Amino acid sequence: MTTTENPADAPVKEIGRDRRRKEDRRLITGRTQWTDNKALTGLLHIAMVRSPFAHATIKGIDTSAAKQLPGIVGVYTAADIGADQVQLPCAWPVTKDMRSPQRPALAGSRVNFAGEGVAVVVARSAAIAKDAAELVEVDYDELEPVLDMEEALKDGATLVHPELGTNSNAQWVFDSGEAGSGGNATEAISKAESDDDQIVVRRRFRQQRLVPVFMEPRSTVVDPTGEQLVMWSSTQVPHILKTMLALTLGLPEHKIRVIAPDVGGGFGGKIAVAPEEVVTLLVAQKLGKPVKWTETRSESLLTAHHGRDQIQDLTMSVTKDGTITGLDVKLLADMGAYLGLVGPGVPILGAFMFNAIYKIPSYRFDCTNVFTTKTLTDAYRGAGRPEATFGIERLMDEVALELGMEPMEFRKKNWIKHDEFPYTTVSTLTYDTGNYEAATDQAMQMFDYDGLRREQAERRRRGDVKQLGIGISTFTEMCGLAPSRVLGSLDYGAGGWETAAIRMLPTGKVEVVVGVSPHGQGHETAFSQIVADQLGVGFDDVEILHGDTQSSYRGLDTYGSRSLAVGGIAVVKAAEKVIEKAKPIAAHMLEASEGDLEFSAGKFSVKGTDKGVGIQDIALAVFAAHDYPEGIEPDIDAHATFDPENFSFPHGTHLCAVEVDTETGFVSMYKYVCVDDVGNVINPLIVEGQVHGGLAQGIAQALYEEAAYDDQGTLLSGTLVDYTLPSAADLISFDTANTTTASTTNPLGVKGVGEAGTIASTPAVVNSVLDAIRHLGVKDIDMPTTPYRVWSAIQKASGTSGRADEANVASPGAGLGSTARDMPEGGNL
Amino acid sequence: MIPAQFDYVRPTTVEEALQALRDGGDDAKLLAGGQSLLPVLRLRMADPSLIIDLGGIPELRGVREDGNEVVVGAMTSHHDVTRDDILRQHVALIQEATKTVADPQVRHRGTLGGALAHADPAGDLAAPALALEAKFVIAGADGTRTVAAADFFEDYFSTAIGEAELLTEIRFPKYTGWGARYEKFNRVAQAWSIVAVAATIKVDGGTISDARIGLTNMAGVPVRATAVESALVGQSATEDNVRKAAQAAAEGTSPTADADAGTDYREHLARVLTGRAVLAAAG
Repeated sequence: MTTTENPADAPVKEIGRDRRRKEDRRLITGRTQWTDNKALTGLLHIAMVRSPFAHATIKGIDTSAAKQLPGIVGVYTAADIGADQVQLPCAWPVTKDMRSPQRPALAGSRVNFAGEGVAVVVARSAAIAKDAAELVEVDYDELEPVLDMEEALKDGATLVHPELGTNSNAQWVFDSGEAGSGGNATEAISKAESDDDQIVVRRRFRQQRLVPVFMEPRSTVVDPTGEQLVMWSSTQVPHILKTMLALTLGLPEHKIRVIAPDVGGGFGGKIAVAPEEVVTLLVAQKLGKPVKWTETRSESLLTAHHGRDQIQDLTMSVTKDGTITGLDVKLLADMGAYLGLVGPGVPILGAFMFNAIYKIPSYRFDCTNVFTTKTLTDAYRGAGRPEATFGIERLMDEVALELGMEPMEFRKKNWIKHDEFPYTTVSTLTYDTGNYEAATDQAMQMFDYDGLRREQAERRRRGDVKQLGIGISTFTEMCGLAPSRVLGSLDYGAGGWETAAIRMLPTGKVEVVVGVSPHGQGHETAFSQIVADQLGVGFDDVEILHGDTQSSYRGLDTYGSRSLAVGGIAVVKAAEKVIEKAKPIAAHMLEASEGDLEFSAGKFSVKGTDKGVGIQDIALAVFAAHDYPEGIEPDIDAHATFDPENFSFPHGTHLCAVEVDTETGFVSMYKYVCVDDVGNVINPLIVEGQVHGGLAQGIAQALYEEAAYDDQGTLLSGTLVDYTLPSAADLISFDTANTTTASTTNPLGVKGVGEAGTIASTPAVVNSVLDAIRHLGVKDIDMPTTPYRVWSAIQKASGTSGRADEANVASPGAGLGSTARDMPEGGNL
Repeated sequence: MIPAQFDYVRPTTVEEALQALRDGGDDAKLLAGGQSLLPVLRLRMADPSLIIDLGGIPELRGVREDGNEVVVGAMTSHHDVTRDDILRQHVALIQEATKTVADPQVRHRGTLGGALAHADPAGDLAAPALALEAKFVIAGADGTRTVAAADFFEDYFSTAIGEAELLTEIRFPKYTGWGARYEKFNRVAQAWSIVAVAATIKVDGGTISDARIGLTNMAGVPVRATAVESALVGQSATEDNVRKAAQAAAEGTSPTADADAGTDYREHLARVLTGRAVLAAAG
C-alpha cells in the first residue's frame, strides 16, 4: 500500500495515444488459433455438395459411389439429417406482411441459387470428403432462373418461391408528410414541375452486387461430446449465433457454447447463421463426434452472402437558386434467393440516410425487396448507408450541374450549419453534433481544391489525353447500432445494447470481458487504453476477453460501427461501477469517510492529505478479505450494460481526383483527401487504419469490383482472378485527417469509424470519373467504372459505337477464366 | 488446397524428367513453378495422375551468353530474369515484360519456360518471345530439337512441345542497344493482360532502323505486328509517325470478347498501346 503521491509518476493518458495493436503479434505471425486450426481427437470433416444450377428441382441424389470411397463416414441428403426442415432465421421482418420463404440448411426438393447445398459428405479427412463430394450424382430438372428485379416483379414472372405467390419480399415506405417530420414529397415535386422557379431532376443509379471477401474463409467446428455442445465458428456474432441456434433447432440455450476464436475479417459477411454452421451441427449430433467444415475461397465467393445490389430511382426538386424542396427515393433491392439474418433491413437503413447532411423539407422513401435466384444479400460494410450515400451524393452533383452551380456550393447551400445542431432530420433522426463547414474547409485546403480545378481547366484547354476529374462526397452516417427502442420501432428482432464486465484479479491485473466480438478491428488495444485511463492501471495490465459465450455470456457482437460507441461505453460504465464498489473499501482501509475520498490516476486519496490507496491494492485486499467493512461484499468486480440513447453520426468530407486516360478509358487515382469527424479518438493509428481499409473497399466498388451473373444465373466472378480486388499497387497514399466534434450522447464523446471510409468514398470516386469526361458528353457510367465502360461511354458520347459486342462470359483474358472456358485441362505446363 | 490425388516425382536431371514423362504417359503434368498448374489443380479442372516437379534440375536454370545468343534455362525464375545483367544488356524486352508479371511472390516461383510452355494467350512472355524471334530448345527421347518462336505457339494453351518432351532452353538473339517497352493494360495490377504490346526498337540517329513488335491476347497465340514494324522502319521516331504506323497494329489479329473488353476495344487498345510502346522504346 502506498501512501505517497508523486505527480511525476502520474500515468500518461492512454486515450489518444497511437498505441501499436497488442493483438497484432499473434495475428500477423499466424500463431493464433483460427477455427480451421482447431484439432480435436476423432475430428471428422465435411464437404458440401452444391447445386451448379440457379433454379432447379432435385429429382434424385445418388450417393452410392461416394459412399464406396475408403474413409467415408457418411453421405447425407437434407432429409437424412433433417436439414430440409430447418428454417434458418431472419431477425428483421421489416413489415408486418413481409413474405419469408423457408430457408433450409440443405435444399430438399428445389434449389434456388447456384451454390446452394444439396448434400453433405462426412469423411475422416477433408481431402477424402472433397473427393467423395465429386462422386455424388444429383439429378436436376432445371427451372427458369429469376435474375432481373424489374422483370421479377411483373405479372406472370417466374417465381423463385411459387408458394409465396410473388417475387416481392416486402415494400417499406417512409413519408415525411405522414410522419409529420416534413412535407409531402410527391406534392412538393409535382408542384415544382409546374413552378418556373424550380427544376426537377430524375436519375437512375445502379448499386452493383459485391462480395465482402473477408480474408479468413468461413470455418466451423462442432463438438457434441460434452455436456454443452460447443461450436467454434469464424463468425462476427457468437452471441446471436448461440441464441439463434437454440431458437432455430429447439436446442436448450444453456446446452450450447459458441466460441468465435480469432476471426480474420468479416465486413458484415460473417453476420449470419450460415446453413453450413447448422449442417455441421446436425452432422455432429447425428454421429456424436466432432465435425469440421472449412470453405474454399471459391465456395466463399459463391455462397457467403453478398452485399449491395439495388436499382435507385431518385427525384429531387430544387429552386433555381439551389434550395432543395423535395426528395423522392424509389428502390429495388435484390434479396437473392432467401432472407439472411438481417438482409431485408439492410436497404431500409438507407431510408434514414438519403437525406444525408442536407435540410430537405419533403422526403419520401419507398423500397421494394425482391427475390431472385442469386446468392442472398445481407450486411456488407456500411449496410444500406453506402447505397444511400452513393445515391444522394451522385444526385447532388447531377442537380448542381443542372443548376449550373459549383457542386460544393450547392452542398453548402443545403447542409445543416454547425450552429443548428442538435438537428432533427426529415427522416426523424436527431444528429447530436457535427461541423460540416470545418471538415470541408480543411479538406479543401489539404486537397488544394482550387489548384486542382485550375489544373483540370488547363488539361481541358490543352486537350490532354489524361483528363483530370474532381469528385466530392460530403457524408454522414448513422452507426453505433443502436438504441434498443428504435430497433424495436423498426421491428428488428433484438436490442442494441452492449455489455462489459471487469474482473479485478488478486495481483491487480484486470480482465475485461466484452460482448462485442472483434475480428480485426483492434478492440483489445483500444479497450485496454480506455480501461487504463478509467481505472488508472497500466495498459499492459489489462486483458480483453471476448468471443466465448462461456466467459462473455451477454453481448450483441460486432457490426454497424458499434463496438466503441456502444461496447466501449459499457466498458466505461463497468469501470465506473468498479470504482464505486471499491470506494467504501478504500475508505475503510484509509480510515476516512467516503465523502473525503477522490479517485484519480488509479488511486483513492483523502482530500487534502497525502494518504491514498491504489485500486490494484484494493483488488488484493478484497481477495484476502481479511478486513473489510460490514454489510458489503468483498468484491469490486462489475458488470454493466449500456443501451445508447441515440445513434452516432460521424461525418466527413472526401475529395477525390482521378486521371482518366481518354484513349483507353483507364482510371487512375490521382489524389484522395478525407477529413473525417469521428468524435473523440481513442487510438489515432487504429482510426487511420479503419479509414484506409474503408477507403480501399469503397474505391473498389467504384472502380473494380462486381459480382456478375450470366443469363443462366451462374456467378461469373467466382474466383479472385475474376473478382478483381485492388491491392496497394492500384491505390495511392491517402491524405487523411480529423476534425472533432465530440458526440454528446456518450461519455467518451466517440462516434463509430469502422464503416465511414467505405460509405463516403464510392460517390467521390464516381463523381470524379464523370467530372473528368463529362465535357466529352458522358453523362453516367455504371459501377464499377472499368476501362471498357469508360471508353465505351466516351465512344458513345462521341457518336461512335462502343461495347457493342460485350460478351457476358467470365472475363479474364486468360488465366483461370479462359482456362475454364477453352481449355478445361489447362495447358502443357 | 485439396486437389485430386496424384503421384509426385522430383527428378534431378533432364534425362530423369524425360523418363518420368514417358513412364507417366499423357496423364503426367510438368510442374515448373505452379503459378497456373496449382490453381487448376485446386479447382479440380485437371486431375493428372503424376506431377513431375522440375524444380530440382540445376541444368535448367540460369542465363548465359552463347555467341550471338543469350540462353535462358527454362526453369529460370521470373525474379532471376528481372535481375539478370546479361538480359538487361542484350534482351531488355523480356526483362521489361517479366517485371509486369503478377507480384513479387509469383515472380519468385514462376519460371520463364513454365510460362511459355503454358502458352496462355494473356500471359506476358509469349509476345516478347515472338517479337524477339526466340528459339525454343525441346528435349525428347531422340535428343533435342529447336523450334522458332513463330512455330512454337500453336493455339490457346498449345505449343509445339510434343508428348514426352520438355522445353529446356529459350535462346534469344542479342538486341544490344535496342530500346524496349512492354505496355501492359489490365484492370488491377495483379490481373491478366486485357491487351499488351511488346516492342523493341533500334534507333540510329533519330531514325527507326529496325523494329520488333508482339501483341499479347490479341488472338489465341501471340501475334507479330509486322505491318507496324515495316511502316516504322526508316521513319524518324516522332509521335506523329509512330501513331500513324501503329494504326496497323490490329491487322491480322482475332481477339476474343469478354466482360473486360469487346473485340473492337481490344483492337483499339492494340493500336493505342502499340503507339505508346514504340514511342517509349524509341525514346
